[in-house]
Amino acid sequence: MRYLPLTDTDREDMLARIGVPDIDALFSDVPAGKLLKTPLDLPRAKGELEVERIMGRMAARNVAASAAPFFVGAGAYKHHVPATVDHLIQRSEFLTSYTPYQPEIAQGTLQYLFEFQTQIAALTGMEVANASMYDGSTATGEAVLMAHRVTKRRKAVLSGGLHPHYTDVVKTLSGMASDEVVALAPDVAANEDILAQIDDETSCVVVQSPDVFGNLRDLKPIADKAHAHGALLIAVFTEVVSLGAVTSPGAMDADIVVGEGQSIGNALNFGGPYVGLFAAKSKYLRQMPGRLCGATVDSDGHRGFVLTLSTREQHIRRDKATSNICTNSGLCVLAFTIHMTLLGEAGLSRLAELNHANAVKLADMLAGVKGVKLLNDSFFNEFTLKLSKPAAEVVEALAEKGVLGGVPASRLLPGAGLDDLLIVANTEINTDEDRAAFVAALAEVL
Amino acid sequence: MAETRYTKDHEYIRIEGDTGTIGITDYAQGQLGDVVFVELPSIGKAVAKGGEAAVVESVKAASEVYAPVSGEIVAVNSELEAAPGAVNEDPAGKGWFVKLKLTNPAELEGLLSEAEYQDYVKTL
Repeated sequence: MRYLPLTDTDREDMLARIGVPDIDALFSDVPAGKLLKTPLDLPRAKGELEVERIMGRMAARNVAASAAPFFVGAGAYKHHVPATVDHLIQRSEFLTSYTPYQPEIAQGTLQYLFEFQTQIAALTGMEVANASMYDGSTATGEAVLMAHRVTKRRKAVLSGGLHPHYTDVVKTLSGMASDEVVALAPDVAANEDILAQIDDETSCVVVQSPDVFGNLRDLKPIADKAHAHGALLIAVFTEVVSLGAVTSPGAMDADIVVGEGQSIGNALNFGGPYVGLFAAKSKYLRQMPGRLCGATVDSDGHRGFVLTLSTREQHIRRDKATSNICTNSGLCVLAFTIHMTLLGEAGLSRLAELNHANAVKLADMLAGVKGVKLLNDSFFNEFTLKLSKPAAEVVEALAEKGVLGGVPASRLLPGAGLDDLLIVANTEINTDEDRAAFVAALAEVL
Repeated sequence: MAETRYTKDHEYIRIEGDTGTIGITDYAQGQLGDVVFVELPSIGKAVAKGGEAAVVESVKAASEVYAPVSGEIVAVNSELEAAPGAVNEDPAGKGWFVKLKLTNPAELEGLLSEAEYQDYVKTL
């Protein structure tokens, strides 16, 4: 395809039409110091073949996730996705469909949204779920804003076990609303005193389980203390597969449950697109962001589906919208729904058990390596190791040996004094050979 | 004898002493369709003339209810939370939203009388 740039005449015509003398005048609102003084140092033009070669050389410097034993997690997980999922989501009715505002022509899309909501409600143990959010971190930010609307308070307490990127997103969104965020220090051992932070000003407590260091948390005492003070408990997860094995947040009396759904049906995708999951108690339905799909009957009495409770979205409510994050990652939702349907309840449980068994096996093997200490008392498929050397260096050395060995805590929390901690994930994709290769490589590196 | 005044945004305010009861007109509820949710402010909130006094949500839209005059919220119709349909059935009676203590009664002068409002609706 030819790239057709604008000609000088095109530019002059456009400037004349809007009545400005030159392009600089369009940027008069930008402070002068923020504007580039010289052009970017980029080559003028390159042929397609040449660009392919350059990109190919750059890509070859990576160790691809599928090309090596892979133990990286911390919010994005590599799982097996059945080929059926990719095949079905590429049907053009799904792949090219737009937001299903018109139920007459969008029953397929609306039905899978309805099925998705049903799955999320069942997984989280909650009464209602919406038709998805942008990703887990923004869903968490939206949950905090929702808690402020419900409680009419403005102070959120964030656990030190919350993924630091999620904490950052909450701070950004709350900052725009001038709300207060109390974020506890990173909590490797999951022994922070979060109960002491809850008072009558608190709108919500945000706790992740399994947390970013892999610890499973009992949310019930936190829910009880929060409720005693009129605050809400927001439960967060980054690994949705864990819900196949652990007690659901709903069963521990969480008020809002949010998380990342990438693990089911979706690849790593270089960090996105992902799919945010959002569920709540039904009494808070009216304050939920995004949209819901509902079942109804048409004029002939046939069952059908419609978008409902979307009156707070931007297409109706414009600047007063509760949330503008509603371009749900619809195709990711479809992939999630198909994969989850293929698994079924028993299949998800088996998948979760396999993840956990593999992770336990790996943790035991790694703990036997000299210079390694396992820090978790309990975990699902991810845990944290304390190493005798800085983890960032170890990870680089492991990559040289063809093993992608996890996420150094210093990458998520730079400057927090956690340089010797390594966060390791193990899913169903890892074989005994992968684990043996990891253990052998780590023993050599340390 | 209570006097009722109207805005062109289809709010009414029924004046009793220094207090005004605010709701939406029969015309407005008809335009909105079935009301499914009403969001009410907290008591004690100060509202300026033209500021948001409540939010009414129907099956097809969500709209702000603006304060016809400035004042402080002294009561809210919390029965609407369980039964928002009262806005459709009895907008001028059981379907009221908030009561306001007027802080600037002179602002009432700019509002429409019953007859003026009915004439205005005929032009829509």
